[in-house]
Amino acid sequence: MEFLFNLISGISLGSIYAIIALGYTMVYGIAKMLNFAHGDVIMVGAYICFFATTRYGLNPLLGVLLSMVVCTMLGIIIERLAYKPLRQAPALAVLITAIGMSYFLQNSAQLLWSSSPKVFQSVVGKGSIKLFDGALSISFVTVVTILVCVIIMIALVTFVNKTRIGKSMRAVSEDKGAAQLMGINVNSTISLTFAIGSALAAIAGVLLCSAYPNLVPTTGAMPGIKAFTAAVFGGIGSIPGALIGGILLGIIEIFAKAYISTQLSDAIVFAVLIVVLLVKPTGLLGKKVSEKV
Amino acid sequence: MAILEVNDINVYYGSIHAIKGVSFEVNEGEIISLIGANGAGKTTILQTVSNLLHSKTGSIKFMDEEIHNLPAHKLVPMGLAQVPEGRRVFSQMSVEENLELGAFTRPKANIKEDMEEIFERFPRLKERRRQLAGTLSGGEQQMLAMGRAMMSKPKLLMLDEPSMGLAPILIEEIFDIIKSLNERGTTILLVEQNAQMALSIADRGYVLETGKIVTSADAKTLLNDDVVRKAYLGG
Repeated sequence: MEFLFNLISGISLGSIYAIIALGYTMVYGIAKMLNFAHGDVIMVGAYICFFATTRYGLNPLLGVLLSMVVCTMLGIIIERLAYKPLRQAPALAVLITAIGMSYFLQNSAQLLWSSSPKVFQSVVGKGSIKLFDGALSISFVTVVTILVCVIIMIALVTFVNKTRIGKSMRAVSEDKGAAQLMGINVNSTISLTFAIGSALAAIAGVLLCSAYPNLVPTTGAMPGIKAFTAAVFGGIGSIPGALIGGILLGIIEIFAKAYISTQLSDAIVFAVLIVVLLVKPTGLLGKKVSEKV
Repeated sequence: MAILEVNDINVYYGSIHAIKGVSFEVNEGEIISLIGANGAGKTTILQTVSNLLHSKTGSIKFMDEEIHNLPAHKLVPMGLAQVPEGRRVFSQMSVEENLELGAFTRPKANIKEDMEEIFERFPRLKERRRQLAGTLSGGEQQMLAMGRAMMSKPKLLMLDEPSMGLAPILIEEIFDIIKSLNERGTTILLVEQNAQMALSIADRGYVLETGKIVTSADAKTLLNDDVVRKAYLGG
């Protein structure tokens, strides 16, 4: 029973990683850059929801929506101001800018909201589902997190594969020049990708803080790095890869905590990543990238 | 009437002056061939007209409108389409999806019909409509790239090296299709290394050498021109 409990907890934590990893993987797929500020958008999303619900007593669902709207705008603004001017710049310059943006967001949050921890009120009602005559008790947050992840995945895969705009995103991700020759506006496609990724980051932030209620300006940093790991693990650029990578990472982390060592759990997670990349450098579902000649 | 007027364009790659004051025009209904050796600047010119590259000087007018400063994606709805060098089909997407993307800027209404029309012209694409474009042969990919460009209903279709890497029998097929597209009212700007083939279907031709236009004349005249024959037609 303990095993089952750990497995479900792992899937739930992994679902949060997967939702964050989607932001990394989609932005990488379209703009070919690693947006290391993505984890901090999660933190902003959690703060917005915290103030909306706890301070101003807004309905939790409205709080989540508000947080999504703010993060979407934040994502678009970050891209316009920090990354768009660097479209032709070397990848290293973009990477450093992204790291700088990450610190900028963390420090701004500290300035605005102070570094003293806030206790996040879960947006999901307290309580749990009891199974096997109470031998297995799973909290609502855990269940809701998994369900939200499933819904987001289905919606996103449908959007990308079936809609006209989704197809144009895939076209841009494969060949920007050819996409422009189809009349696709590459800049607005990139903005849209940041918007979707950031809206998902807001959801991830709220779910994360509902499960782990300690909210500080660096709340997004570690989950951000882990989700990035998950994206690479699953094969960066691949949407199903983000899901699989995220869930596996969550399960490994929880199992490592439960059966090996709490202190070493993060080290074990990253060690697994290193092994996977040694064996399969493109990640589990990654495509082989062949350079055009 | 000139549908495309290119006037004194200069394009640089860093400090390399790739296109040096090139001017030419394409009249409505014509097939124009731009011929020249590898590295003469043919592809650069097409990419500049499509605004994927930018000229430092001069003007590019499409249907009497200055397009020089427009973003590349705005040209497609105006009626300018390009089949790029090396086809550049979206290899991870199906044949149908590629064609749909060709019609990206058009209202959705007639897309299904137009796709059937493309399938009529390229029956082999129809057989493979659900296959990923990356799994097609070179000739099929060239047909897909042309069909995709036709889906935007262009007034001017620019083709970059459609014969590249294809077997002779396929090259003939592709050129027959280009001719029939032209007969149905699409103006064609054709860039080719295969000068013989290109001039045989063209009305007029321009000969490009290291970024400059050195000769321009009727296609027939060029085919019989001694200098051109020596340089580009194998004697």
